[in-house]
Amino acid sequence: MTFNNSTLAGTLAIAATALATGTAQAQMSDDAVRIGYLADMSGTYRDLAGPGGLEALKMAVEDVGGEVNGAPIEVFSADDRNSADVGANTVRGWIDQRNVDLVAGMVASSVSIAVTKVLEEANGLAIISGSAASSITNEHCTPNHIHWVYDTYPLAHGTAKAVVEQGGDQWFMLTADYAFGHALEGDVTRVVEENGGEVVGGVRHPFPTSDFSSYILQAQGSGADIVGLANAGADTVNAIKTASQFGLTQTGQQLAGLLIFLNDVHAMGLEATQGLLLTTGWYWDMDERSREWAERYFERVGRMPTMVQAGVYSSTLHYLEAVAAAGTDEAEAVRAQMAETPVEDFFARNGRIREDGRMVHDMYLAEVKSPQASSGEWDLYEIKSTIPAEEAYRPLSESQCDLVNQ
Amino acid sequence: MTMILGVPLAVFMGQLMLGLINGAFYALLSLGLAVIFGLLKIINFAHGAQYMLGAFAALLGLQYLGLNYWLALLLVPLVVGGLGMLIERTILRRIAHLDHLYGLLLTYGLALIFEGALINLFGVSGASYPVPEALQGGLNLGFMFLPTYRGWVLVAALVVCLATWFIIERTRLGAYLRAGTENPALMQAFGVNVPQLITLTYGFGVALAAFAGVLAAPLYPVSPTMGSSLLIVVFAVVVIGGMGSILGAILTGLGMGLVEGLTKVYYPEAANTVIFLVMILVLMLRPAGLFGKEA
Amino acid sequence: MMATTHSLTPSMQRRRRARQRRGALYLALLGIGLVAPFVAYPVFLMKVLCFALFACAFNLLLGYAGLLSFGHAAFLATGGYVTGFLLSSYPGLTPETGILAGTLAGVALGLVFGALAIRRQGIYFAMVTLALAQMMFFFFIQAPFTGGEDGLHGVPRGQLFGLVDLSSNLAMYYFVFAVFVIGFAIIQRTVHSPFGQVLKAIRENEPRAVSLGYNVDAYKLLAFVISAGLAGLAGSTKTVVFQLASLTDAHWHMSGEVILMTLLGGVGTLFGPLVGSGLVVSLQTQLAQSPLGNWVSVILGAIFVICVLSFRSGIVGEVQKLVRRNFK
Repeated sequence: MTFNNSTLAGTLAIAATALATGTAQAQMSDDAVRIGYLADMSGTYRDLAGPGGLEALKMAVEDVGGEVNGAPIEVFSADDRNSADVGANTVRGWIDQRNVDLVAGMVASSVSIAVTKVLEEANGLAIISGSAASSITNEHCTPNHIHWVYDTYPLAHGTAKAVVEQGGDQWFMLTADYAFGHALEGDVTRVVEENGGEVVGGVRHPFPTSDFSSYILQAQGSGADIVGLANAGADTVNAIKTASQFGLTQTGQQLAGLLIFLNDVHAMGLEATQGLLLTTGWYWDMDERSREWAERYFERVGRMPTMVQAGVYSSTLHYLEAVAAAGTDEAEAVRAQMAETPVEDFFARNGRIREDGRMVHDMYLAEVKSPQASSGEWDLYEIKSTIPAEEAYRPLSESQCDLVNQ
Repeated sequence: MTMILGVPLAVFMGQLMLGLINGAFYALLSLGLAVIFGLLKIINFAHGAQYMLGAFAALLGLQYLGLNYWLALLLVPLVVGGLGMLIERTILRRIAHLDHLYGLLLTYGLALIFEGALINLFGVSGASYPVPEALQGGLNLGFMFLPTYRGWVLVAALVVCLATWFIIERTRLGAYLRAGTENPALMQAFGVNVPQLITLTYGFGVALAAFAGVLAAPLYPVSPTMGSSLLIVVFAVVVIGGMGSILGAILTGLGMGLVEGLTKVYYPEAANTVIFLVMILVLMLRPAGLFGKEA
Repeated sequence: MMATTHSLTPSMQRRRRARQRRGALYLALLGIGLVAPFVAYPVFLMKVLCFALFACAFNLLLGYAGLLSFGHAAFLATGGYVTGFLLSSYPGLTPETGILAGTLAGVALGLVFGALAIRRQGIYFAMVTLALAQMMFFFFIQAPFTGGEDGLHGVPRGQLFGLVDLSSNLAMYYFVFAVFVIGFAIIQRTVHSPFGQVLKAIRENEPRAVSLGYNVDAYKLLAFVISAGLAGLAGSTKTVVFQLASLTDAHWHMSGEVILMTLLGGVGTLFGPLVGSGLVVSLQTQLAQSPLGNWVSVILGAIFVICVLSFRSGIVGEVQKLVRRNFK
């Protein structure tokens, strides 16, 4: 049997806090605000949130002076390695041993769902910035978390609706063959049909797949105008690259990426991605305020921020301001305070937190620039239109969240 | 239009072609494994990582040294193969006298190190490698539009596979290799420098993996994890074919590519698992593998 | 071997002394296990115990039958998913029923994998198990009952035998500890039984065991099935503790990790897997929260290499050597 020092120390800490919590409820628990940043620091989603998101979080902490109402802000972080297991355990440990007040970051949906279940039991608070699953504020909603940046609903709806409106009404769906892909495919099919389009064919590919040539060939033979990519991460990247090699876009078809991020486009290059339509929650070059913050971030990290990294900053700042206004870091009070205050900063426009925990804000339809039109390494998107906050997300009338239907 | 099982002939042919191209990668990689296994008797678990290193070396060479594709195709296998020889000299040799399972475990550890280190240095999403100018565009084969580069991959991989087969089965060096496989002690007694032969063999096997990596770079995103999942499929291919024969490894690789290609048309849901299913079938009907000698 | 060179009586005495020493050691460990949750963080301890059971199961196969399975994650995951699915879908089910079902699922899968894999030996055996486990990984992604990439969440811990509420970490800990002790006892009995002796004989010299008339394949298969069942038990228990089942357990990295735990602790020693899993789990927990967090896989890989190069007996193995040298 092996005991390490920190577990011992942790146990002492539990004992100490158990004594302390009885008395110190009024203000900051144990006189500090503790933020744990949990994200994939080394795996598939490293570039989407990862160490860059931690840096953004630290920027927010520095921008409020490192303290709230005199209580210092403490930041720690851990790598969830995209494992629900590791994520849930880490957060359990943070609650039991480090008295964490806010868990931020989180990318893989499985991690987010697992962590929020733990936090619900312990009455903690999480702000999820990286996850895509719209179920996080639907059937998996809890009073203990907020979903900040985006989810699959606006991504699928925004993109599909805009594409059909532009005349792309014959769709071929390339779907990852698991629950997530099926849900996305269902969403898109509905939107396409509601707007007068038609899904003429599709193929469900195993997850993950590295060689998409066979499926692209099937898409080319389908006669559809639009090839919708109901997959994510490396699958989407592989599909787009293969499509470009097989001249999919030259033969008059267009790709619609449903889950695609700045770092993916950057990694694939404009040659392969040009003309791709996508929905994003934020883009660094979309206006002066965004550029200003992005430049600051760039100086520290050396890469332009993704919408997730910007969202981490925005949400942390909103949280800290709510803590200051509420005068406590107790989860329920802070969450109520956060929901009361509209979110309006460089990241979010017309933002507000709904009772299901969804932070709704304006979303944007973007088109990836052609290499000729791009003026630099990070000049990647052109914003085509804005999707107003109240239209972008799943309406509460369709919600399965218990908090809504009470 | 002629139909084959409900699929137009043209599409069918196109899918066969694509399957063959994937099969070429399986063939190259399982060939490298077979060459290494022949003399060292270990399964090189770092093979996937070395394939990935090949792709990365090409990418970094292009970004930092302006090394073009053709030079990369020539130099990268030499460099990565050299690294392989260094690993054999400094590490693998120390455990040569032990149960060969230790070789598997050791190379697994090496694979973790390579993969983890590259993830830290370059992130996971990876980067793309441009298709060389001479191979851009596509060929109209009548039944399909084939990107020129994929055609080139097929040709290059087949040439390298056959050249390897020729060297091992038809040259003096190959004769030494085969003899070394059978009876290293006797070879040593005949004055052949067996340790050196082993180093060269490992280096050659690794170079084959790196060559496959360079070939793959313009096709798939170059990322630190590109090798590991591919390797497990190649393991199944090796179990199916057995590692007893060079030609067997090549044929099984190509054949499995075709099987996988057809699955993608008729039942795409099983495309990731079909090779494993074939493996199960082979284990039940012919446990030694299609070309295997041992039980 | 030593016994033949000495007269019988002292050797018997020595064996009795060894047995007494071992008994004392078991008692001491049992005592430590009982007080541990008051000293250390129970959730951490439960994680260690689950992985220790998993590693012990794996060690039964590698250490005593000489079979290197590179696909043990499949059994861990199967146990976890079956238990998780049953307990979430049928709220009336008690946790021990769910765990039993998960264990049986591990046994069943072990029977299938084992029957296929023992057709090949050595390195091929490792590759076959790896490939089969990878196939299961893809199956778990697509299957409707696993929750795909999201996994299963909020699995209820429930009431043990309908009586004891497991939602407290302390109660849960003692249950997990009991499961571990039972699993460990099964392994201990297996190893020291005539069956275990035959396994060792097969490991040392398979052709000779065949010529002695043993049905080698049947012995190997039985060892494989016991090991798979215990791995399933570990996975089931883990799911109840953490209330979730996810793809991480099915990934081949998990198969690699259990090998590392066993190798580091000492292959073929009873306590090696326990020590190894304790170390690896602590290391992962510590590293995840340190600036070195990104380097976990590099560090694990390096430990692998070091173990194979110069530390093949593992920690417990080295200690045993030391003890034997000094206290003969």
